[in-house]
Amino acid sequence: MRSGGFFVLRVLPRITKLNAPSTLMDKDNTAAVKERLVVIGNGMAGCRAVEEILARDPARFDVTIFGAEPRVNYNRIMLSPVLAGEKAFEDIVINGDDWYADNAITLVSGDPIVSIDRATQTVLAKSGRVEPYDRLLIATGSDPFIIPVPGKDLAGVVTFRDLDDVDKMLTAAEKGGSAVVIGGGLLGLEAAHGLSLRGMKVTVVHLMPTLMERQLDEAAGYLLKTELERRGQTIVTGGDTAEIVGRDGHVSAVRLKDGRTFDADIVVMAVGIRPGTTLAKSAGIEVERGIVVDDHMVTSDPAIMAVGECVQHRGACYGLVAPLWDMCRALADAACESPSGYEGSVTSTKLKVSGIDLFSAGDFSGGDGAEDIVMRDAARGVYKRVVVKDNRLVGAVLYGDTADGSWYFDLLKKGEDISDIREALIFGQAFASGGALLDPNAAVAALSDDAEICGCNGVSKGKVIETINAGACSLDAVRSTCKASASCGSCTGLVESLLALTLGGEVQSGPKTMCKCTSFSHDDVRRLIGEKSLRSIPQAMQELHWTTPDGCSSCRPALNYYLLCAWPGEYEDDQKSRFVNERLHANIQKDGTYSVVPRMWGGLTNPRELRAIADVVEKFNAPMVKVTGGQRLDIFGIKKEDLPAVWADLNAAGMVSGHAYGKSLRTVKTCVGSEWCRFGTQDSTGLGVKLERMTWGSWMPHKFKIAVSGCPRNCAEATIKDFGVVCVDSGYELHVGGNGGIKVRATDLLCKVATEAETMDVCAAFIQLYREQAHYLERTAPWIERVGLDHVKAGLFDDADSVKRLAARFRYSQTFCQDDPWAERVAGKDADLHQHLAEVRPLSITEYAQ
Amino acid sequence: MIGDWLDIGSVDQITPGTARTLPVVGFDEIAVFRTQKNEFYALVNKCPHKQGPLSQGIVHDNMVTCPLHNWNISLKTGEALGEDKGCVPTIPMKVDAGRMYLLRSAVVGKRAA
Repeated sequence: MRSGGFFVLRVLPRITKLNAPSTLMDKDNTAAVKERLVVIGNGMAGCRAVEEILARDPARFDVTIFGAEPRVNYNRIMLSPVLAGEKAFEDIVINGDDWYADNAITLVSGDPIVSIDRATQTVLAKSGRVEPYDRLLIATGSDPFIIPVPGKDLAGVVTFRDLDDVDKMLTAAEKGGSAVVIGGGLLGLEAAHGLSLRGMKVTVVHLMPTLMERQLDEAAGYLLKTELERRGQTIVTGGDTAEIVGRDGHVSAVRLKDGRTFDADIVVMAVGIRPGTTLAKSAGIEVERGIVVDDHMVTSDPAIMAVGECVQHRGACYGLVAPLWDMCRALADAACESPSGYEGSVTSTKLKVSGIDLFSAGDFSGGDGAEDIVMRDAARGVYKRVVVKDNRLVGAVLYGDTADGSWYFDLLKKGEDISDIREALIFGQAFASGGALLDPNAAVAALSDDAEICGCNGVSKGKVIETINAGACSLDAVRSTCKASASCGSCTGLVESLLALTLGGEVQSGPKTMCKCTSFSHDDVRRLIGEKSLRSIPQAMQELHWTTPDGCSSCRPALNYYLLCAWPGEYEDDQKSRFVNERLHANIQKDGTYSVVPRMWGGLTNPRELRAIADVVEKFNAPMVKVTGGQRLDIFGIKKEDLPAVWADLNAAGMVSGHAYGKSLRTVKTCVGSEWCRFGTQDSTGLGVKLERMTWGSWMPHKFKIAVSGCPRNCAEATIKDFGVVCVDSGYELHVGGNGGIKVRATDLLCKVATEAETMDVCAAFIQLYREQAHYLERTAPWIERVGLDHVKAGLFDDADSVKRLAARFRYSQTFCQDDPWAERVAGKDADLHQHLAEVRPLSITEYAQ
Repeated sequence: MIGDWLDIGSVDQITPGTARTLPVVGFDEIAVFRTQKNEFYALVNKCPHKQGPLSQGIVHDNMVTCPLHNWNISLKTGEALGEDKGCVPTIPMKVDAGRMYLLRSAVVGKRAA
């Protein structure tokens, strides 16, 4: 338990915003007549209720919120992703300090209310603070249920309810070892998943024969169990806990009644919750299982309201998030004197375990007159079951393919007659609607306005459309305005469909994110790096809400490149985010050795260079030397420890890195041109060398090859290069976007110029346009196919100065790139990358072992 | 107690988010990882797929991506993640007072092939 310390965050209205003294007076006058609303509970229900009230009448109440946890309001249902390492605490904050400040709400956190005095209409906090109220809102949520077995109070037994619990689990996971989760319901499985991802050996002990039996039928429960076992968890169903075994006051194992025992360094108790009613009960308010409320969320005391998991409404208590939103709406309507009334909720469930798609809603226990429609697709691991009663959908369980979850849920809540679509019901919305809805956007269009889009934040389709119509034209804008898709992101596709539907063709549909760590596209990320002036990878990940702690092997190199391109000379290259070849400045081979390609400008070499290469081959016993397609020599079989010594020898002969390993300028291939060739029209070799001198060392979205052919016979194969020059009598034809790889693509003719200087400028400008606009790992060929040659031409030539400006940016960037990376390593830079940590000799080990 | 553990040097020798190699004469080379969160792991330096040097992969969270064919390997368990199947031996490791230690008996666990 945390110590009894508390702190008070007193947030004053931002009077600095008001400039005229008279306004201040007005404010004071209004304040005098405001009712005092005190909220017990700074959780999702309490804060949502306040949000709803503020949305209706911001001037009605002076609001004070008491919270037991020492922090601002956060999204409790997103604790699972925090535990799993997919989110950070900051990502799940719903209302930060500024929300309290902006709305002049007093937040008293870390100081729980201990009693309510209804006679004097005051509440007493643990610190002794007394707060008077006109209206009181109890939002005390629920408490985890602790099964009364021996050992339940041992250190290492935790619940899964708040951030402190998550912290305890993370601390345990740091040490590794075994975890036992008691309870195979939604919460228990999410805890198990998180601990498993954190590297613990996890056993789930569930009392019932089926996992999540309140939400799943046996078949879906079986599929889920099999999948979790495949992931390495041990799932014990029908397991009744007899005792939590301890050693020195700390848990060490869990013993079942059948005698089986499972080691445990931590035990997570997740068997259920019960409404937090202690405070209400001791104040004499009517309490049954929960605090009894009417349809307007008012308790037996008319001055006191209650909302959330602590209440009992029409006999029902809820432990899921969705009913909160409806309750809070009804509460706010009543509090602002336009009562609407809450009629109870039909709930649906999604399991937040990545890679497992599971949806359930309504009643699927069968019973009189209930008929099942089942579809199984074993190959795809899909199980769907809908339950129909009196021609109405009453329940649905989906495993493996939950795309139609919203649609079924909508049908269920509406209670619509489904006899017309019954035949096709199980195949989902697209089929049931006669094939007219195969377009996913049309499927979303068919949802009713009150269909829930975002389950995490309780946002309906109507609300999303309203937000879009009010000017939110991008996913990003929708997220920040109405919070739809801002939490777990599973409804991102739906929100994108709504954007497409509402704005027409202006929004591209379908997620095409940079990688699974982010919901932003490559273009978004590049734009935001500029707009938000992001200067480092950790900063970009933080500001752009990365869902992984430090990215993945896809996004790290991409971000590194984008930052390098955006801030030349300022951004410090991150070696950790470089693919091995670019980190070791050589090409890794299948046996873990490297190949080394020194630069040969324009394909030219000389005896000194050739001798140095020959000497290196002999000195380091390189098993093979090969002439490459790019007109240079490749030395194979060099160990990473030997690379600096190899480079030193090559440097000594005047050679530098050929960047054969980089997403960078590779080589400039040339033919001999007018200097020797009887057909040559220009000095193609000389021009090739000049181009290579200008462009070497530059980092690009992908590898970049140049060639210069001295006549249209095109011996240098310039028309399958990223940038190709074909010399003709009257000047130079400049070609772009060629590729000789998997899919051969001949170049497009970009333009024709008269001089070498113009060729150099257009080359620099084209490269810079590609560097600034293409996605990372996109060669020029697919880039041009994607954006169109006209777009590239427009970018270069629409404005008379474009080429000059782009070329200047490229040349500026090059001033930081043309230091030979090999020479830097030879001089001792990043020596750790090449040297072993140490070497272990087996003799010494044998000695120690004996 | 310390006799069971082999001191392999100071933690400062490995930059967070990278790995370094530890050849064991006659046995498989070991890759010693330090994550961005300053967790330390030791694995045999061979991807279970085609024996790629894991020490040269990009380290993210508590995984490493093999440089040869982009398999993601868990640093904690040595298991291939996602759709890939395979497991590389891990060597128990601990950090004490700024020094890194490998479990001596595991260092010579497997003869080099």
